[in-house]
Formats: sequence, C-alpha cells, structure tokens
Amino acid sequence: MRSSGSPTERHRGRRTTKLGALALCAVTVVLAGCASADPTPGASSHASTAQASTFKAPPQKAGSEITVWTDSTRLPSVQKYEKAHPDVKMNVVTYDGGADGSTYLQTKVQLFDRVGKGWPDVVFGTPNDTTWASQPTKPGATAFAAPVDENGLVPQATLDGFAKGSLTPCQYDGHTYCLRNDIAQVVLWYNKSLMDKWGYSVPTTWPQYEALGKKVAKEHPGYLVGSVGDTNSQESYFWSSQCPAFDQTKPGTLRVDLGDSHCTRMSSLLDGLISAKAVSKQGFFSQGFAKNSGSKVLMAVGPSWYGQYLFKTAFKTPAKQVAAAPPLTWPGDTAPATGNVGGGVWMVSSHSANLKASAALATWLTTSNDNQATAPTYPAYTPAAKAWLANPANSDYFADDVSTPFEQAAQSVWTGWATTKFSDATAWSSIVLPALTAGHSLTSTLPAWQKAISDEARANGYQVAGK
Amino acid sequence: MTLLETQRVVVPASRTDAGPRRRSGGRAGYLFVAGYTLFLLAFGVFPTCYAFYLAFTNSMGQFTGLNQFVKVAKDYRFLPAFEHILIYLVLWLVVLVVLTVLSAVLLRSRVGPRTSAVLRFLYYIPGALAGVASVLVWLFMLDPDVSPVSWLLSALGMNSFAAVLSPGNLPVIFLLIAFWTGAGGWIVVMYGALNNIPDEVIEAARVDGAGPWRIAWSVQIPMVRQWIVYMTILAFASGTQLFVEPQLLQTASLGRVSPTWSPNQLAYVFAFQQGDFNGAAAISVFLLAVGLIAAGLLVSRSSMFRLDEK
Repeated sequence: MRSSGSPTERHRGRRTTKLGALALCAVTVVLAGCASADPTPGASSHASTAQASTFKAPPQKAGSEITVWTDSTRLPSVQKYEKAHPDVKMNVVTYDGGADGSTYLQTKVQLFDRVGKGWPDVVFGTPNDTTWASQPTKPGATAFAAPVDENGLVPQATLDGFAKGSLTPCQYDGHTYCLRNDIAQVVLWYNKSLMDKWGYSVPTTWPQYEALGKKVAKEHPGYLVGSVGDTNSQESYFWSSQCPAFDQTKPGTLRVDLGDSHCTRMSSLLDGLISAKAVSKQGFFSQGFAKNSGSKVLMAVGPSWYGQYLFKTAFKTPAKQVAAAPPLTWPGDTAPATGNVGGGVWMVSSHSANLKASAALATWLTTSNDNQATAPTYPAYTPAAKAWLANPANSDYFADDVSTPFEQAAQSVWTGWATTKFSDATAWSSIVLPALTAGHSLTSTLPAWQKAISDEARANGYQVAGK
Repeated sequence: MTLLETQRVVVPASRTDAGPRRRSGGRAGYLFVAGYTLFLLAFGVFPTCYAFYLAFTNSMGQFTGLNQFVKVAKDYRFLPAFEHILIYLVLWLVVLVVLTVLSAVLLRSRVGPRTSAVLRFLYYIPGALAGVASVLVWLFMLDPDVSPVSWLLSALGMNSFAAVLSPGNLPVIFLLIAFWTGAGGWIVVMYGALNNIPDEVIEAARVDGAGPWRIAWSVQIPMVRQWIVYMTILAFASGTQLFVEPQLLQTASLGRVSPTWSPNQLAYVFAFQQGDFNGAAAISVFLLAVGLIAAGLLVSRSSMFRLDEK
C-alpha cells in the first residue's frame, strides 16, 4: 500500500511542486533579467572619459552673491579679499576642508547633487578632492568642479605660472579643474645649533642620513632624526624614495608594487633607524609628542610647512636654531626627487551663477602677491613663491635662508605618486602604523600595505597592476 | 507589560455597555499617538522603504534584484566589518545581561533603600550625556598621556594612545564605552522590573528555605525574563548600529582605526566616499535583516509575548 495515496495529499504535493517551480522561475527571472548593480563601471574612474569640452555654464547672474567654503587657515585670505572688494557679495563659510581624510565636501556635494541645489561657489580642498570633483558624482549630474581653463575663466598664461607639476593633480581629460594654492615639498629639516654643537655635518644623501641617525642613537640616545608615525609620513619617506605605491600608469590604472627596490630600500633604511630608536614610531603630531620629545628632534624629513607649524608652533623650538636642507638623494639617481605632503587647491563650482567673480577670487587667492606673500604656506604659483620667500615673516625664524632648499625641492617633486580618488593615508595609518606599534618591521608590513592599497583602489574603480 | 496585554484581551467583552465614552477616549488616544506615528512614518518607515528601493535598484534606477547585495557582500571590507561587529556584540550582550541583572538584584535585595536610590541615580548619569560627549570622555581615559588611570594602562603594557588602540583592543574599548553609557539606564529598568515581583512570592520562597542566590536564580530572574529579552533585543539592534564610537576614535587617533571598522561605517563610506548610495542601502538592509532575525529568534525562543503568565 502506498503511504501517500490520498487524493488531497497528492493534490497538495502537486501544488507544492508547482509553487516551487514558479518561485524558482521568479528567482531566475529576477536574477537573470536584472540590471547590473554598477551600470557604468567606467564612470567611477577617470578611465573612460576623454571628452573634449563638455562644460556648459549655467545661467549667469552678474553681481550675485558667491558662497565660499574655506578652512580656518585660509580664512584670513578670503576675508582680506572681501575687504578689498566690497562690490563682491560673499558668504564665507569655514569648514574642515584642510584636514587629512576629511570627506565633508565630498559628502555634501553628493547630497547637493541629489537635491539639485546648495553647492558652494568656491571651495578650498585637498588635491584628492579634485579626483572626484572633476567627475560627475552620478549619471546625469554635472561634475562639481568647473574646468577653469575654459570659457576664459583663468587665462592660460596664469596657469603656466604655477610650479612644475603642481597643477598635475588638477588636470583630467586635458582640462584643469583647480588652482593649486600651496605645495608641501619635502626637505630635510635639522636643528643647526645642535648639529654644530655636536660637530655633525648635514647629510645630503639617504645613506649619510642613515649613518648619522645611527651615530646619534649611540652618542645622544633619545634624540630623533625622524618619525614614521603620522598620517603623512609615507609621503615624506616613500614618495621621496620614488616607491611605486600609487603609480598611475594610465588614467584609471594604478601600479602598486611595494616589492620594488625603490620601496624596500626605504623600508630597510627606516627599519634600521627605528630599531636604533633614532626614528620614532610615534607621530610628530600625536598627543604628547611635542611635550615629551619635541625638544629632542635633531632632524626631520618633512614638508616645507614643518618649519612654522611643527618646530615653531608645536615644538616651540627657539628661533634661529632650525634650518632646511635640500631633499636627500640616493646614490645613482640622476635627478633629485622628493615627496609632497599636502598642499591645498581652490575649486570653482560648475553650478555657480557667478563664475566670473568665483574665478576671480580663486585666481587672486592663488596668484596674488598681496595674498600669497603673507600666506601661511609655500605658494604653488612661482612668482608668488618668490614674494613669499622675500617676506621676512616667512624666513626670520630660521637659522639659515630657506629659499634655495625650498625652491629646489619645489621643482623636484616626483610625479610618479599620483593623487588618487582615495586618500593615500588610510592604508598607511590603519594597517601599517598599528603593525609597527605591535612591533613588526616596516619591511614585513609591506605586503599587507600593498594589499590594502590595491583593495582600496579596486573598490574605487581603479584597475590595479602589480609589477 | 504582561498586565497591559491581558487587559487588552479582556476589553472586547465589556465593550457594549460603555460605548460613547470609550469612543471619545479612543479619539484622544489617536491624537496622542498621532505625533509619534507621524515621526515614525517620516523618519522610520519612509527611509526604510527608500532604503529597500535603493538596495534593489542601481544608480540609473533600474531593478537589480539581489545584485547590490551580492556586490557589497563581495567587497573586501564587508566580512571584516561584520566580524568586528559580531565579536563586539557577543562581548557586549553577555557583559550587559550578566552585569545589569546582577547589579539590579544586588541593589534590590542587598543594598539599603537610600543607598540604592543614590546608586541608581549615579548609574543613570553617563547615559544622560550625549553619545559624542561620552566618547570624548573615553578618549581622555584611554590616552596614557592625559588619562587619570594611566598607571592602569601602563600596568597592562600600553604606554601610548597608539598601543591602546591596537586592533585587538577595539571591541573591548567599544564595549567599555557602550557599557558606561548604556548599562546604567538598564540597571534602573531591571530594578523597576524586580520591584514588580510581589513580596509574597519572595517571602514564600524564603519560607521554602531558599537563600538570596537561590531566590535570585530561581524566582527573580525568571520573573523578569521578558525584560531581559527586551533589553537584549534593543541592545543587539543598537549594537549592530555602532558608528559614532569607531568614527570618532578614527579621527582622534589620526586614522589608526579603520574607517570601515563597523558595517554602518562601511555603508557611510559607500554612500559618501564612493557615491554609491545603492550599495550603502544594501548594507543597511543586511543590518536590518540581521536585527530582525535575531529579534525574531529571541522573541520566539523566550516566548516573550506569551500572555498567560499570570
């Protein structure tokens, strides 16, 4: 006798099978007939778009108010312009646009793009901001940054006046989307008073730096020749070593090869100095460093703004002690190469109803001697940089003239380290620094760092090439 | 809660005799719940529906089925984020349940009424501080350079803020912050629940020869079981939403904490750094599903809504 012979049961069974088949069909149809989750993969990188001029200015309203977003450091400059140009109506907003890894501007622009209003007219941002601002944030949207080389916004002659390579992070698809405010070329800072007192000569090459560091560790324990613990230390060291960590070989393709000898030569140099305790694993800018070790910094490989912001403001090193030397070189390298730690940009919004006033402001802020001669950091616009160096306020504090090392370094920034859609600080500070704190060597952490950069790059739409 | 539910069941039987009054009471009732309902619809239900819409479409508005979910689940940060939150949740729920119930039982039966009131007030204070302020307090506590308990931190082998923030310590740090801000309120609630147990019940247990521990374990805790389940569900839901703590710690530590430590942070990065609102919505729906499944399991396993208790 069959156990499941009753008609109702058989009927129910058939119905279940039918339902199951139907559900299966539905799922298959849903899955097969669905659009891709990411309809335009190319749109998220700069790979695909090599269009000619596509920027159409929105209707202009002469004399209309412009909204300016600035970081607090650049606020006095904007206020100065406001005072000198009472005819320009301005609404000035301070935000944390200068901070490392701030995504405030990007967040806000994404939201403005969704509601179709609210964009500021002129903003101060990081070079990383230009990578997304030069592309539409979603299909159908207009890229936030206006190409300033179009519609006569900024004359080509002005653009040509910027330091070599300093506008590279602003340029996509053959257009320029920002004006570089300042550059942060890496030099070798040193305490001249201590060096003279101890009879040390200033190193000019990396091997000399390494040797001196080890000597200092032995003869003056506790004194430091550098730090790797900050969010930007990788730019001071690995960028200066021409390590292909963020090497954009073509638009949208990033070569990440930390096994390259340009990277390992730096990591083993630093490992030696870290274990000798001549290079600190704690960041210069970390809590308590200035108080505990600020007076023990003999040398620091870092950007041009270290002089005023680190030694003078944070460490309170007395005047006439600190000096800058040109970037260190590697034996066998034909031309000096150095890194770049920050440096802001000004962007004009493509949605501005007063592009003329917006562009005029951005131009004045970046190129005018009136503003830049007294600016807090080294200007990217070459004539303005000369005026900046000539201003005693920018050089009085130092033991020597910083002009030569600054100008030399400004021309030597290695262009193989690209400004990417994601910050180069994230992987360094969340993967490498905790590993160093846990006692691992820098060299042993390179594979993890490489993986973190590659993963992040892919998530941001880049093709990643290894060697 | 049990009492209220029981009354509601009884109501229909006696409905006929007091018609008009009840109806006007009903209107006032509607008025009272209207404000809440409006806010719930505007800031709870509508955003949830919108999140579902986003999660099943792409940036062009095309229907994508489950593709968004597959995409975010394949993301390299997805599994670590969920793993972090899982470790944190297990620690947080166990510690929360054990310590709040234990504290409430002790406050109820082993501490004098006046001391108990003072202690309950003290426990409640941290919860009254805004979330961000609480985290800031902990940033000071955890930085050996400024912490009043730096001796304790160095005794544990942590001499710098960086060492305190090593990846392995993070779940414990978030647990400390969450417990400090959240547990006090729950102790007060548990205490209230224990207060609802009639004295005769405790008395009867005592007459039967039960000691304080026996009473706690066999009488008090089973009788507040539904409150414990309720607390667990809410703590689970808020635990999966962890965002402010890791985000602030990430900024304060100059990036030493991953910006995608928790799933909510990952959703934030998807939305506002990658401009992928659909992917972000898919992660949120994942979290919602996890929360609902966990709540469903807890409710059905503990028979939380059973009405025939008394």
